[in-house]
Amino acid sequence: MTTDTISTAADTPKAAGFVSSRRWLLWSGIAALCAWVLVPIYLVALGALGGRQGVYIWPKTGLPTGISLEPFILFLKTEGVVQSFLNSLGAAGITVALSILLGAPAGYALARYDFRGKDSYRLLVLLTRAFPLAILALPLTVSFIRLGLYDTIVGVGLIHTVLALPFAALVTQGIFLGVPKELEEAAWVFGCTRIQAFFKVVAPLALPGIVATAVFAFVISWNEVFAASVLTVRNRTLTAYLLTVLSESPMHYRFAGGLMLILPSVVFIFAVRRYLFAIWGISSK
Amino acid sequence: MTNSRPWIPYLLILPSVAFLALLFVVPLVQTIWLAVSDNGVLSLDNAERMVTDINFTRSVKNTFLLTIAVVPVQIAIALAMGTMVAKVGRGRETILWIWTIPLGISDLAAGLVWLSILQNTGYLNSLLFGLGIIGRQASWLSYQTPVALFIAIAVAEIWRGTAIVMVIIVAGLNQVPKEFKEAAEIFGAGPWTRFWRITLPLIRPALQSALILRTVLAFEVFAVVYALGGRNFPVLVGEAYNWQNQNQNYSVAAAYAVLIMIISLAATLIYLKALKVDPERLP
Repeated sequence: MTTDTISTAADTPKAAGFVSSRRWLLWSGIAALCAWVLVPIYLVALGALGGRQGVYIWPKTGLPTGISLEPFILFLKTEGVVQSFLNSLGAAGITVALSILLGAPAGYALARYDFRGKDSYRLLVLLTRAFPLAILALPLTVSFIRLGLYDTIVGVGLIHTVLALPFAALVTQGIFLGVPKELEEAAWVFGCTRIQAFFKVVAPLALPGIVATAVFAFVISWNEVFAASVLTVRNRTLTAYLLTVLSESPMHYRFAGGLMLILPSVVFIFAVRRYLFAIWGISSK
Repeated sequence: MTNSRPWIPYLLILPSVAFLALLFVVPLVQTIWLAVSDNGVLSLDNAERMVTDINFTRSVKNTFLLTIAVVPVQIAIALAMGTMVAKVGRGRETILWIWTIPLGISDLAAGLVWLSILQNTGYLNSLLFGLGIIGRQASWLSYQTPVALFIAIAVAEIWRGTAIVMVIIVAGLNQVPKEFKEAAEIFGAGPWTRFWRITLPLIRPALQSALILRTVLAFEVFAVVYALGGRNFPVLVGEAYNWQNQNQNYSVAAAYAVLIMIISLAATLIYLKALKVDPERLP
């Protein structure tokens, strides 16, 4: 960046003009791509808040006229919406808890120990990535019926944990690698047991990263459609509920459903934006 | 660390191994067995029923075409985003946040978002009408307009799925040492040469994992298709879903699942081979 500004200042006016037109091109490209992401979200929000009449306005201006919260609240009052929202929260909560509880210890082992079978374990975790995991819900229908897990939030949470766990193990490995070993060893020297050292020294330092991992596990579960639709009938998650009522819902209900799916995820991505690139840098190695 | 207690790492990974064995390996074996058996004996009946089904060829063709259309565009947009944002100082964080928003959006929601734009009284038609290109509402998502429907689904997939590719590629670009670029610049390499000969080879590991991830996900495409086109555009996972939930035929659904797995594994192996990452050339 610094070399850029220096050369701009030192160059002749003609070259400076060339540079600034390139700058202009750069920023219009960035603006276009930002609009490409944001405008569709804005438009579906208009659809969700425009109600039944809004759908049939023709031609549309794209301006926020005639919108109110009322249609969205009406959608929330539709039978099954709130329940499926709560079910989604429950399944995502189970996914977060299980994938961190099972994944973080594995990540810690990968980061701190050399042991026989470490490579095979990593292979197992990476192998899950080459499989369309949600499809494994298909045979689980039968065993889940037998175990009483079919059509329950716990069952959905379990299959979503299969999606989130490999990710959690790999990412927490990277997070624990980032906590200096020396700090932990110093704690031992001062008389901490291993468990004390972990909870008093390592855990606080690793916490932000682990929270970010948890948020991702949440988003993975919140957004999953296929497994949730296959494994539930009455206790549907929000995605499964929307998928099954889709064909008989009026347009503005579909848009309201879409908006309801988007909002929490956007907030969560905003909350962990600092960790996004660190996490994916780690997990794509 | 000390090896006084060698069982500690095994204790730590055991819960996750047990979990994955129960809910990943077992269902995997079950799926394969369901697909290749009939009343407990080996049989190819399910595969035959799958292949002779009226929607089979179309769903294979649609899924492959969609993957071929979507994945390269996503890689290209993500690379453009990565190179653009590298030139930005202030505002970089905000731009990256906006571009990563679709990461949190499910394929079902993406389908519904684009439905609001592409439905008959939607914003695309309004725009085209305003510009005088169309005289009355055109329909884009019906079975009579298969090409338009295909493009609509591809656009929705590109809109949603590019974010993850971008994040992986930007993470890869961040790891490229500045010295490489500066050295190339000193030796007179122009921006294009630098991009093709320096940057692209150096982010090959990131490209590889982005390609694997996106391709496997592209073969799983389902909800976005259903939200936009309903049953008008059969894809593999959609067929598996229908056989399972509508026809209650778990064996044919499993046959579809096995087919999707074989395709995903094959794609992964091809990427691993074609983009071989030489560990010694990593920065």
